[in-house]
Amino acid sequence: MNENTADHSSLGIEAPEEITRRRFFEKLSITLASFCAAVVGVPLIGFIIAPLFRKPPAKWVTLGKVNEFQIGKTVSVTVIDSSSLPWAGVTAKSAIWLRRESETSFIAFSANCTHLGCPVRWLEGAELFICPCHGGVYYYDGSVAAGPPPLPLFRYNVRVENGEVKMNPVVVPITTTS
Amino acid sequence: MKQLFKSIWVWLDDRIGISVLLKPMKHIAPQDAKWWYVFGTATLIAFIVQVASGVALAFSFIPSSSQAYETLVFITNDAPFGSFLRGLHYYGASAMVLMVGAHMAQTFLFGAYKFPREMTWTTGVLLLGFTLAMGFTGQLLRWDQTAAWSVVVAAEQAGRVPLIGPWLAHFILGGNTIGGATLSRFFAIHVFVLPAVMFGFIGLHLWLVLRHGISEPPTAGKPVNPETYRREYDELLKKSGRPFWPDLAWRDVIVCTGLIVAIALLAHFIGPPALDKPPDPSVLDADPRPDWYLLWYFALLALIPNRIEGYFMILGPVLIGLLLLIIPVLNHKGERAASRRPWAIAVVCLSVIMIGSLWIEGQQSPWSPNFQALPLTEKVIGATSGPVFEGALLFHDKACLNCHLIQGHGGRRGPDLTYIADKLTHDNMVIRIVNGGNNMPAFGSSLKPQELDALVAFLESCKRPIRPQDQGPMARK
Repeated sequence: MNENTADHSSLGIEAPEEITRRRFFEKLSITLASFCAAVVGVPLIGFIIAPLFRKPPAKWVTLGKVNEFQIGKTVSVTVIDSSSLPWAGVTAKSAIWLRRESETSFIAFSANCTHLGCPVRWLEGAELFICPCHGGVYYYDGSVAAGPPPLPLFRYNVRVENGEVKMNPVVVPITTTS
Repeated sequence: MKQLFKSIWVWLDDRIGISVLLKPMKHIAPQDAKWWYVFGTATLIAFIVQVASGVALAFSFIPSSSQAYETLVFITNDAPFGSFLRGLHYYGASAMVLMVGAHMAQTFLFGAYKFPREMTWTTGVLLLGFTLAMGFTGQLLRWDQTAAWSVVVAAEQAGRVPLIGPWLAHFILGGNTIGGATLSRFFAIHVFVLPAVMFGFIGLHLWLVLRHGISEPPTAGKPVNPETYRREYDELLKKSGRPFWPDLAWRDVIVCTGLIVAIALLAHFIGPPALDKPPDPSVLDADPRPDWYLLWYFALLALIPNRIEGYFMILGPVLIGLLLLIIPVLNHKGERAASRRPWAIAVVCLSVIMIGSLWIEGQQSPWSPNFQALPLTEKVIGATSGPVFEGALLFHDKACLNCHLIQGHGGRRGPDLTYIADKLTHDNMVIRIVNGGNNMPAFGSSLKPQELDALVAFLESCKRPIRPQDQGPMARK
């Protein structure tokens, strides 16, 4: 070791940092510990955040026959999430408010208030959606009538096909600050 | 026999070091640390009650979206002591929130967060946050209709976080909507993640209490000077300190005994919170409310101006948390006595008044329509036919009654209209009904002309009765 050092200095080359046995084991231990943490940690975090990357199925959901819905009426329709996990039970179900505008035109409203997501109720006589949580009110077309909601009721894509009303799968619409 | 037990104890103590482990219990503390100092221990005891009752409940609770509700029904109705245990867990959580609040208020008023106990305070603030997080996630494990919708509310609030809001929301939901993944992640957070973090921080908090000692009661005119405080504190302990166990701890034991007895009595006689309907998201007839310790925040979100609510929802809790955390950085020396820190008393009093007022508002929720409002009776209407009677029926059918009171019947979201005819003219009424305004929907497009006339006719009948003394002498004759 000393000979090497002497050689380097005589040649004008800076001597490499001397790694002691203790320093080597220290670095080795930290490297191995980091490796072990990564081996365990990466799949662990991936497993926990996996639902973030689960995309809703592109399949259209049938809400019912067209003639089951009256023009000018708004009704709640139960939707079953076909992509739900086997143990979802009743939580695989959700509901939307469906309004028939004309012979071929429907509006599918999310049942979630855009304020904080509580379920809005349809009051037939008043033609209003009202939220029980903080009193948000929407008109029959989903536009905000009163209260704290920052946005109109979310609308799902809906279409009529082969005499059936269909919509995109239900997702909980998230109101953002942007 | 006594000698045998003594030998066993000596052997175990030698091998395990029990005496050494318990030695911190005998640390020397100021002798004047009396009844005001019991809240920290009470919080710890409430936490232990939570851990014990939570472990017991986990023996029967299945954290599956499809079965959790049924297991809760079984625990509540069929399992021996199940209802009592659920009550113990619920009132234990309430006690923990109350005690941690009292502990913080006492520490703040006594200026005990000042040098050298800044980090003791900081770890305490974090423990307050974890306690509230435990409370919220615990409410969600009561997997009924309210719990399921509360998850959505939580996701919506998280969604307001700039940039990462939608990600956070989907993380909370466990996907794009409530489903099989939702409950199990809250179970993991409530039962494993948060308790593990809390055990760590409680250990750190207690270590800091031992390291810096229990603060002595403040004396007016004796400010904290970081350069001399530690020496003065050591001298105080040498002069008049007492071992915490048993000289001072007996007060803690008495208060904690009272706390546990109170929790047990409430669990036995009042019982756990009733389960709501099953967590079926297709049932829209739901009215989710948080448990009492977050009801004030629920009320705040209803009352805060709409234009700033989105920002407040996220920035409010963050700013309050940051403010609490940096208190000892901003104010780490000087007077400790509350009598010399009137602003400290004001902060605590205002906080209590604010939270208390919001809690009362949250209980009453006057902003929520009354969906149970029944049609007005003929006695209230004062007519059995004609425009006034028809208008009263419309007042119910058009949901006016959900938001307005008439002689004590209806909702409180809008003004009481019992004597509205004394305040508004016919034209004013028409304008208000047709155009809405001031947090009222416009009914112009949903009312036919004859319906509007009937409604106004009813409202014009809503006036104070004329008493004989209000009439002229001729009328009285």
